[in-house]
Amino acid sequence: MRSPLAVFFIVLFLAVNVLFMLAPTAMLAIQAVFDDDGAFTLEYFQALAQYQYASSFENSLILSLLSATVGVIAGGLIAFAVLKDDAPRWLRSVVTSFSAVAANFAGVPLAFSFIATLGTLGLLTKLLKTWGIDIYAAGFSLYSIGGLTLVYSYFQIPLMVIIFFPALEALRPSWREAAENLGASTWQYWRLVGLPVLAPSLLAAWILLFGSAFSAYGTAYALTSGNIALVTTEISAVLSGNVVSEPQIGAALSVGMIVVMVLVLLASNLLSARAARWSVKS
Amino acid sequence: MATVDIKGVRKSYSGREVLSAIDLAMGDGELICLLGPSGCGKTTLLRIVAGFIQPDAGQVLVAGDDVTKLPTARRRMGMVFQSYSLFPNMTALDNVCFGPRVAGQKRDVQLARARQLLDMVGLSSHEAKFPHQLSGGQQQRVALARALAVQPQVLLLDEPLSALDAKVRVQLREEIRRIQRETGVTTMLVTHDQEEALSISDRVAVMNGGRLLQVATPAAIYREPADGFVARFIGSGAVFAGQAQGDHVRVADFTLPAHAAAAHPRGEPVEMFIRPEKVQLTPRNGHIPTGALAGEVRETIFLGSLTRVRIAVHGATDLHLWADLASEHAEDFKPGAPVVAQWDASAPRVMKA
Amino acid sequence: MNRLGLGGWAILVLAAIFFITPLVMTATFSFWEGGDRYGFDSYRILLHSPKLFESAWLSIQLSLASVLALLVLLVPAMIFMNLYAPRLRPVFEFMATLPFVVPAIALVAGLSALFTGPEWLIGTPFYLVVPYFFLGLPYAYRAIDVGLKSIDLDTLTEAGQSLGASLGQIIRLVVLPSLRSAMLGSALLTLAVVFGEFTFANVLLFHTYAVYINEIGQHDPTEAAALSVASFLLTWAAMLGVLVLGGGRRPAVGGR
Repeated sequence: MRSPLAVFFIVLFLAVNVLFMLAPTAMLAIQAVFDDDGAFTLEYFQALAQYQYASSFENSLILSLLSATVGVIAGGLIAFAVLKDDAPRWLRSVVTSFSAVAANFAGVPLAFSFIATLGTLGLLTKLLKTWGIDIYAAGFSLYSIGGLTLVYSYFQIPLMVIIFFPALEALRPSWREAAENLGASTWQYWRLVGLPVLAPSLLAAWILLFGSAFSAYGTAYALTSGNIALVTTEISAVLSGNVVSEPQIGAALSVGMIVVMVLVLLASNLLSARAARWSVKS
Repeated sequence: MATVDIKGVRKSYSGREVLSAIDLAMGDGELICLLGPSGCGKTTLLRIVAGFIQPDAGQVLVAGDDVTKLPTARRRMGMVFQSYSLFPNMTALDNVCFGPRVAGQKRDVQLARARQLLDMVGLSSHEAKFPHQLSGGQQQRVALARALAVQPQVLLLDEPLSALDAKVRVQLREEIRRIQRETGVTTMLVTHDQEEALSISDRVAVMNGGRLLQVATPAAIYREPADGFVARFIGSGAVFAGQAQGDHVRVADFTLPAHAAAAHPRGEPVEMFIRPEKVQLTPRNGHIPTGALAGEVRETIFLGSLTRVRIAVHGATDLHLWADLASEHAEDFKPGAPVVAQWDASAPRVMKA
Repeated sequence: MNRLGLGGWAILVLAAIFFITPLVMTATFSFWEGGDRYGFDSYRILLHSPKLFESAWLSIQLSLASVLALLVLLVPAMIFMNLYAPRLRPVFEFMATLPFVVPAIALVAGLSALFTGPEWLIGTPFYLVVPYFFLGLPYAYRAIDVGLKSIDLDTLTEAGQSLGASLGQIIRLVVLPSLRSAMLGSALLTLAVVFGEFTFANVLLFHTYAVYINEIGQHDPTEAAALSVASFLLTWAAMLGVLVLGGGRRPAVGGR
């Protein structure tokens, strides 16, 4: 390295990362395995098996799986429709800018919007009631996993649209034309060429959406207020001292989340290596 | 194998006509190149034949049957695209199998056919490779095999060589010609490279501005271009605008010998065209014979056995002439050297301007 | 031809309904004054609430500080890493992936476990800039990495040096200008994300804009609805900024 300035900036960046990212993460792992007297123990991890915490993991996983899947499918279809040859040109700008807004419209404001719309006293709920449709009597609740999935879709779908545009554009028109020219139907083209080529991007997008749902906190916090336990809201309850539990439980829950994310990321790397084996240099 | 008849095909995009009443008949087993500058409509015409574009008017007939309304997938035309048209998720073999596979043929029939074709294009040993592991030339060979696997009535090639480098281009075009002869499939090839068109076609169709200017054998196109555009586009040489004057052409202040001018009424605006190999150069020392042009060498381009010399004509700054010399005689004609250019009066071609 | 068809239109119409309904309903709800009276009451009350402006101002300051921190710490480090220490690239990649693997709430937990002082650090709202830096890091890293890859840094530097420019001049005159749109894009995105951030602020007990909305929502739903509409419009303004200012990088899709 020639320039002392270069050393300074690189070291500074790495130091910030080590101090405020790696060290806190390591601290969590340490905190989770020592009791108040400083003795090593696995009791906090064992405590995660208790119904309250186990179900929060279960809820978070189901919610993330569901909303990521809904997001990938719905967002994928929307992106696909927008990029059709005869779709009006302005449509793309409208959808792109709206998606950029909606994908960032997460958290508390989003939760309130849905409460105002589909809450027990929401306008749409009341409107539907005047038409004789009582959605809450029919089993719908905004404050359930299904309701949360609906709310999460509001930022998941646009997120998918944004990240999927470039992947769709990478599909060359000549592939489709070549397939057509060789006698393939639209369905055959998608089954044999289009989807296999998109598979790695779809997988990567799904992982991103999974992560965004799994770590989402504000929306769930404002919506559920304890109705449904999610890992993120459980951790915040421990941190803010709202519940009587040791801080080590919060650390163990956090480590649990990180482990889930690492596992998901590893699984996706394996899968995408399989799905993209045709593009790997050998 | 079949004949192709293109009848009165027109196409406009938002009021701009890109093809105006194209008529072209291709014989069974013939290889025709559509040649022209970019934007001349050649690719549009090919895509109409392929069925990717619907013409505004006119018909495409294959073996006498009107296919104009038939979707691409049912036309049985193999197509090779400019580049990157191989399916990236399939091996070379699977790419070639694609057509028979979607047609529902048995796997062993597919494989036998595909292997035979890969062998024909010389890629048997590469059948398990994915497209990105193949060079550009190899990819286009696979694309060719893939197009032939559907046993097409017509083979369509859309600038198949333009993404490749020079050496591969020459090799592959010879191979395309060989394979086309072997299979006898009627073939239409789009290119903007005149050398490519002249070297492999049975006939060349020169296009410009949405029109067919001339359809003829390479030799005829080269010797007898139909007009100034074809003359300029094919090969090299000088084109002078002037008026016919008996068996001469009047260009600026010069009267240049050209027997062919006699076919035109006196005073008619014409273009006179002369190929560089017809021009003789001698060093200038005083006397300028009648019908000859005095000038000065401006540049020389070494082409191996030949050297091409550009001459600026004295007294007319925008008149330039090209002459080909055997390279061993080119020593006397350095830039700046005064020269006299002459030609046999039967050499120039004279066309209505 | 690749046509939209009935199915395509159906998808687009359904999507439009799903995305527009909550906005319209929320906007309507924000005008509700009880019974069947509608008006601007909730907006009036909000405009007279000093806490709204305090919290919004704090969030704006935090956003700007986070953007500044991100640009100052990340951009020079990435340029120098690419120039002098390309072997550190995997380390950088790892750092940029970490914020994705460690969810925000887990990072808060770790930070509060590790740092219990000093007061000048954890007692001021600007402590939030630390986690916000990591919130923006993955986006900014990706954008700037793409920007750097597109300019072939090594050749540019060599070309610049052969013309007699110093390293500082090259970075100032050549590298930074070509990273402009990447930096602008990530700056605006970070602004928007940080402005609406709730997790860190709520748990660390600082009164930012998002925390304020949540507080309001506990006792007055129409005011919360009004704020939600306002923040949707604010986010939209920020994003339009991204698209307009950072636009033109991708060629428009034209018909043949």
